[in-house]
Amino acid sequence: MTLERHKYDVLVIGAGGAGLRAAVEARESGLRVAIICKSLFGKAHTVMAEGGAAASMGNVNDKDSWMVHFRDTMRGGKFLNHYRMAELHAKESPDRIWELETWGALFDRTKEGKISQRNFGGHEYPRLAHVGDRTGLELIRTMQQKIVQLQQKDGRETGDMESGIKVFAELTITDILKENGKVSGAYGYWRESGEEVLFEAPAVVIATGGVGKTFKITSNSWEGTGDGHALALKAGANLVDMEFLQFHPTGMVWPPSVRGILVTESVRGEGGVLTNNLGERFMFKYIPDVFKDKYADNEAEADRWYEDQDNNRRPPELLPRDEVARAINSEVKAGRGTEHGGVFLDVSKRLPAELIKKRLPSMWHQFYELAGVDITKEPMEVGPTCHYVMGGVEVEPDTAAAVGVPGLFAAGEVAGGMHGSNRLGGNSLSDLLVFGRRAGMGAVEYLKKNGANPVSEAAIKAAAAKIQAPFDRQGGENSYSLHAELQEVTHNLVGIIRTGSELKEAIAKIADIRKRSANVAVTGGRKFNPGFHLAFDLDNMLLVAESTAKSADAREESRGGHTRDDFPGMDNKWRQVNHISSFDGEKVNVRAQALPPMPKELFELFDVHELEKYMTPEEVAKGGSN
Amino acid sequence: MARNIKLRIWRGDSTDGGLKDVVVEANEGEVVLDVIHRVQATQMGDLAVRWNCKAGKCGSCSMEINGKPRLACMTQVASFGEEETITVTPLRAFPIIKDLVTDVSFNYKKAMEVPAYEHPANLAPGEARMEQIDVERSQEFRKCIECFLCQDVCHVVRDHEENKKSFAGPRFFIRIAELDMHPLDTLKNRKKTAQEEHGLGMCNITKCCTEVCPEHIKITDNAIIPMKERVADIKYDPIRWLGTKIRKREGL
Amino acid sequence: MSGVFSPTRAKIKERTLRTDKWWLQPLLTFSVLISFVIYATFRAFENDNYYKDHLISPFYSPCLSEACVPEATINGFTPVSAEILNFALSPALIILIFPLGFRMTCYYYRKSYYRSFWMSPPACAVAEPHKKYTGETRFPLIIQNSHRYFFYAGLVLNVILTYDAVISFKNPEGEWGHMSVGSLVLLVSSTMLWLYSMSCHSCRHTIGGRLKNFSKHPVRYKLWSWVSVLNHSHQQFAWFSLAAVAFADIYVRQVASGAWTNFYFF
Repeated sequence: MTLERHKYDVLVIGAGGAGLRAAVEARESGLRVAIICKSLFGKAHTVMAEGGAAASMGNVNDKDSWMVHFRDTMRGGKFLNHYRMAELHAKESPDRIWELETWGALFDRTKEGKISQRNFGGHEYPRLAHVGDRTGLELIRTMQQKIVQLQQKDGRETGDMESGIKVFAELTITDILKENGKVSGAYGYWRESGEEVLFEAPAVVIATGGVGKTFKITSNSWEGTGDGHALALKAGANLVDMEFLQFHPTGMVWPPSVRGILVTESVRGEGGVLTNNLGERFMFKYIPDVFKDKYADNEAEADRWYEDQDNNRRPPELLPRDEVARAINSEVKAGRGTEHGGVFLDVSKRLPAELIKKRLPSMWHQFYELAGVDITKEPMEVGPTCHYVMGGVEVEPDTAAAVGVPGLFAAGEVAGGMHGSNRLGGNSLSDLLVFGRRAGMGAVEYLKKNGANPVSEAAIKAAAAKIQAPFDRQGGENSYSLHAELQEVTHNLVGIIRTGSELKEAIAKIADIRKRSANVAVTGGRKFNPGFHLAFDLDNMLLVAESTAKSADAREESRGGHTRDDFPGMDNKWRQVNHISSFDGEKVNVRAQALPPMPKELFELFDVHELEKYMTPEEVAKGGSN
Repeated sequence: MARNIKLRIWRGDSTDGGLKDVVVEANEGEVVLDVIHRVQATQMGDLAVRWNCKAGKCGSCSMEINGKPRLACMTQVASFGEEETITVTPLRAFPIIKDLVTDVSFNYKKAMEVPAYEHPANLAPGEARMEQIDVERSQEFRKCIECFLCQDVCHVVRDHEENKKSFAGPRFFIRIAELDMHPLDTLKNRKKTAQEEHGLGMCNITKCCTEVCPEHIKITDNAIIPMKERVADIKYDPIRWLGTKIRKREGL
Repeated sequence: MSGVFSPTRAKIKERTLRTDKWWLQPLLTFSVLISFVIYATFRAFENDNYYKDHLISPFYSPCLSEACVPEATINGFTPVSAEILNFALSPALIILIFPLGFRMTCYYYRKSYYRSFWMSPPACAVAEPHKKYTGETRFPLIIQNSHRYFFYAGLVLNVILTYDAVISFKNPEGEWGHMSVGSLVLLVSSTMLWLYSMSCHSCRHTIGGRLKNFSKHPVRYKLWSWVSVLNHSHQQFAWFSLAAVAFADIYVRQVASGAWTNFYFF
């Protein structure tokens, strides 16, 4: 049988927001682009993003600017963000949103007819462009339709709509191929038929999203198996700061089948209040010192803020996600949780039923149909759920090029650095757009200097052998049960609250599962066989889990999405350190690397007293790197 | 409070297939997709099923449950009787691939045939001003999660394979309506092509698309019928037709 | 083998696997509509018992034939001869085309009779019996696109039937200010007809639906919003108005034939 081969200039792995934006950019520069999606086109996890896309357009409050957005992002990430990524993101996101409008997106409007913007945790001003609570769907659909537009243009010019940009749906990439130290293409298989495919492409953009499926309770779909993280590691790239995982404070906790499914932060943005089983609005107890001057410490002021945001401090329900998740975790642990191990989130007392249905339609729908709860009348039960990985592929901020692998690019959730130790809600959708585009541009620039890089037969053979292997094994382990075991380990030992001894135990257990996973055997044929698919996903998740556990063990402090019971405080010395994971073919190695310091002009955007909370006196005294 | 339930799952591929009976455990609050997953993990490791978000937002787990096109993730097991056998089959309007998975490429082909949005040439990014009341109609259609249940249930193609060539289906009628009602779209002749190329006239408004839509989009009342009326304006209404000729507003 | 039995589709031998009573709705619709058609046909040809003491049956109004009872005409306006080709022409038949056409081309009734009479499809996800299907693209069904003209005609009829309802507030002696059961029956029937017309999809289109930018036409937007609310219940108004008109006719017939006495409240 002959191997199916395709030649493209750029291969984009992942058809979520970042992948599609990269593909549009590369195609508009005249390159031939292939887009790979693991599921059907348009089903990517981006559709689950509800709240909105943060961009300082200043449509609702004209005091907003990129500087304010930059400050909020750095603060949210506890200053561990790569400053340049946060800067590019804050500066470029308004243009990316407006651009979507020229492609047909229909955001909700202000009275003046501009794009409306809503409040969100950690953002000083109303900043999130949104469409009800289905903003991610709007982004995906808009870019999907933009790609159709480009295809129609190609069709008019060449007679073949798929001549310049083609979507390969339900295809899994198992290897990124390299020749002479540079990317040469990728290898994978059609999920439908199990048949193998070779893509020859000198530039590959990884935009595969997150790793949530490594954990037991997660808002991520089955696709969030860290494929891109693992592909990049195996191709020789680095992962940065994989210890930082965002547990979204509000996931559904009941019924068990929907445990983990997201309850959008907009519920709190629209006035939703968190209470424990004593009816106490507990968030006032959990305002950390660094946020004392921005958040209200009493109910009266918090309530007034919804009417008058200039003269009141924000309600503590809108603290950054890590703070709220930890607070809920503490309440439940102290026995003040609900029957099903969550806390109450109530918006029914704040807004009339009609307005709730209008502003939070899919939340109403979700609770009504899946949990039998009418959120216009009763409170929801919510608890933390693994939502987003801040860590990811180490990239050059301006080009999204993966450090150490020429021809490889990464954008979106799979890339690291942008969000530091904790991501603000709304920053991921704008992240996708800003760095998706930059990855596309990066690939275009790279190809100006680098031509085709043919794939060798040896590389093809090795990749093919890997795919065949699980079929040749007899009576080995079951991939479903190994996956469940891994999720148990990460949930119990690498979860919201971590300790050194448990992390070490996790590292050992993950190594053990990894060893056994080498024996995974698959029953049935190659044709659409989920057991076979999971065997590869499992391998990826194990690498990611190893990287997370080892990075978490190394970081002896608590910051953002990493909380150590044995090191509860934030330590300003640790802020200067990134953890870099690399793969030596056997195991993941983690080393410390200095965080690039902020240049003077960005440094000066902050009040020096604020910086003192995060930086060592020497850093503050130095006042920026140039 | 787990109990055992009876499922009949269609298994097979394009050559052959049939309904297989299984008994599987179901817990309180579970949906049909949960029990299918349990069957997959414990009894049929290679049972093919599409799914993604498990929250009714991505539209992947479309199948037919007791003969009705539905999302498996939004169908509660408790909505069936204690003793009832739940029959699960793949979508019956599209070619079968394997088990519960069908080839839905028909829909993606149709998506590529609808002319894209055209932004006014003189309107730079950030300059657009649209009022909420002007975008609301199109926003309703943009809620579509592309589960293709409407395409599956529509008898025009479900019962007549030969119509697939000339009929875009409800999902793409709402796309055309969305663009025709988009306050800024400048492309002319959407109504004419809706009728002449996308087969709007084939629809006999029997409303099954609206009945199965998990997003509760009023496909028939808010998109298809308004489009039929708009088509009537330019094609079947002599007075309007004369008016557009005189005032030179053809196609808008 | 076509449709769900096409060779590419999953091999399932049942036309439908629905377990609910999917056949009940089309059966009910069929029964009610066919009963109405039989009764209406009988009444249209009866050419009698349509007028008594300022009560006129909606089936016979406006009464335009020379054969009409003089009091039933609008100021004696009878432009149509009593006979055509030696056949006595019932006044009901002259105007029948308008309400009949309005309902036949109505988007709601189309759904219900395509399902229940033509079984295309009989119910959702139940395979239809037909080999070929061309929808509303050819003659005769392409005529459905004329719905708006029947809507306009329906408005004229509504005005006349409302006038009839007003007239019924006279006593047999022709004095105003009296009300009988008959007045109420005609009032209800004409009101239901207005609601049915105003909730019509063509009405919704004409009044504002055809606009691209609502914000430039605030008044029409407001009207469109109201009509949209009514439009949600178009199905209900379709049935209620049908029932109300049929009952109004039955009532007038019974009174005119002397079987019932029209009770006067005052």
